[in-house]
Amino acid sequence: MTEQVFHDAPHDRPDRLGWYASRVAIYGMLLLWAAICLFPIYWTITTSFKAAPDVMKGALVPWADYAPKWLGWKSLGLSPDTIGSESTVRQEFMLRFMNSTVISLTSSAAAVVLGSLAAYGLSRFSYKFLWMRNPDISFFFLSQLILPPVVLALPFLVLYKELALLDTRIGLILLYTLSVLPIVIWIMRDQFSGIPHELEEAALVDGLSIWGAFLTIVMPIALPGMVAAFILSLVLTWNEYFFAALLTSTHANTLPVMVASQTGSQGISWWSMAALSFAAILPLIVVGVLLERYIIKGMAAGAVK
Amino acid sequence: MAETGDLLHVVTNDDISPGRRAFGKAIVWASLALLAGTAVVQTLDQSGTLSLGLPNWRPTLYAYILFSVCLCWSQVLVRGEQGKRVLFVLPAALFVISLVVFPLIFGLIIAFSNWNLSSPDGRQFNGLDNVRQMWADPFYWNALGNMIRYLLAIIVEYAIAFGLALLLNAQIRARKFFRVAFLLPLMLSPVAVSWMVGKSMLEIRFGPISRLARFLGWDNPTFFSSPEMARLTIMVLDAWTYIPFMMIMILAGLQAIPKDVQEAARVDGASPWRGFWEVTFPLMLPVSITAILIRIIFKLKLADIIINLTSGGPGGATDSVTSFIYREYRDRSNVGYGTLLAMVYLVLIIVFMTVLMKIADRWMRPKY
Repeated sequence: MTEQVFHDAPHDRPDRLGWYASRVAIYGMLLLWAAICLFPIYWTITTSFKAAPDVMKGALVPWADYAPKWLGWKSLGLSPDTIGSESTVRQEFMLRFMNSTVISLTSSAAAVVLGSLAAYGLSRFSYKFLWMRNPDISFFFLSQLILPPVVLALPFLVLYKELALLDTRIGLILLYTLSVLPIVIWIMRDQFSGIPHELEEAALVDGLSIWGAFLTIVMPIALPGMVAAFILSLVLTWNEYFFAALLTSTHANTLPVMVASQTGSQGISWWSMAALSFAAILPLIVVGVLLERYIIKGMAAGAVK
Repeated sequence: MAETGDLLHVVTNDDISPGRRAFGKAIVWASLALLAGTAVVQTLDQSGTLSLGLPNWRPTLYAYILFSVCLCWSQVLVRGEQGKRVLFVLPAALFVISLVVFPLIFGLIIAFSNWNLSSPDGRQFNGLDNVRQMWADPFYWNALGNMIRYLLAIIVEYAIAFGLALLLNAQIRARKFFRVAFLLPLMLSPVAVSWMVGKSMLEIRFGPISRLARFLGWDNPTFFSSPEMARLTIMVLDAWTYIPFMMIMILAGLQAIPKDVQEAARVDGASPWRGFWEVTFPLMLPVSITAILIRIIFKLKLADIIINLTSGGPGGATDSVTSFIYREYRDRSNVGYGTLLAMVYLVLIIVFMTVLMKIADRWMRPKY
């Protein structure tokens, strides 16, 4: 063993203590914020298994602090012993759930179709409509984003009343499609401008029509972007409350409206509200955990040029 | 960024027969005539000149849909290849125009009328009465003032989001777990959040946050009784939901910065602190401004949490413009006045956003 002759200067040596300190600080902050994000969800799940005394005690940990009971889920008709039997509450819940599912899926799909077509057209061809050219048309679509829903709400209320679209799924689907369309166009425009147009030129030379080239060549490449736009639209439409609260009353209510209508009543039964809230947020939690990649891709699309 | 001029050049010999062209024009005019005819008949029916007893305006709606389809179809018939290109944008454009421009024009008419949906009188034009009423309505101005306060909270949200993005961008393990965990609040519906957090966790007697507050030495934690506290609670809840949104955008920006820029700064002897302020932060400026602008747009629509949690109280202290108009309609079913308030809000937003975008544009332009 020979003795080491050359050393780093003291100030170049790695500062072990400082490194550990910064690690601890970073992980500490990460864990703190993760707790802030996850605790409300945890609280909602556990509350749905509590009974009145457990809620009053503010019990936190199941099995240790209190014995979990199916009280909340029973009130929704979704606990193991009630799931086999008839339940009006469950029917009501399932109806709202189906409304939310149908409305959000349909409107997201419609927005992705309309928005992708428009974004593709705007990224490839030049249009002229009256005085408007491509940038103006793009701006026309994107400017819809700043339109606050409240401006459209009351005129739509009156229009839908005349058109017998009040309290129908179609009425909500139309509005939701409209509200997510600018976001889809924004994401998709970015996607299409990243695809080299030589690809379509080759396809056109080989005898495909413009639409053929779009459907068989461009769309498969842009599919991840379309999925991202679809998921983001899904999140926004599933959670939408304002239009749903104004324009529906009995038939087309979505889940957020159902959750909101329960909170107002006197003497809230905490466990059933917790079960209902959790059932309302569960689909999106699943989507978020499984498809996180796409959501991030969608939101990052416009940020980085 | 959108380029002008076709990127795809197609040489086609569109030999469109005169018959096809004539047919294309015919279906547009025929369907337009049908639309106009239906509309006139329905108007007459409404005013009582005719008595067909149509229950609603659905026939006109169907005629309009038919007209839109014919318009799209005729583009291809009449203009051939060029028409097929128009077909990419036309459906979306027609959709937006019919769902935004018509209701907006209609809304302008409503805005200058006295229209209580529950009263049998129907709509009465009342000129500028609504404007005068708005001018004297302290609650509306109060709601506008609140919106400014809510907007200012974005600065804090931005700082937190930037910090979180830096943390996620650092060398850490379990990055995916933290990313998913940080993203989750955005996925939750504001209505559910207002119950889960606002009603349940902030419960004065046994909510976990109240208990934590008591444990930390705040004797009597109340979150909705004083105006300032209530406003702050709403801000925090809204921030909790939307911070992930800004965080993701900033994170994407951070990941797009080449690593060697930071390394160059370190080699030149910059401390991490100066490296951040003089290298990372300026490079992040365009992304930051985009993120903040979008966040402002979303914030201007803030309503769900307020409607469900405080319904504007105490004494209108937490009202946003949207929630105020919502209650104005729900409590008094006054469509005319509510629409005018919304229209004024729209004008204010457009002016505000235009100025903001002009300023942002100037900032974003590279200085060097």
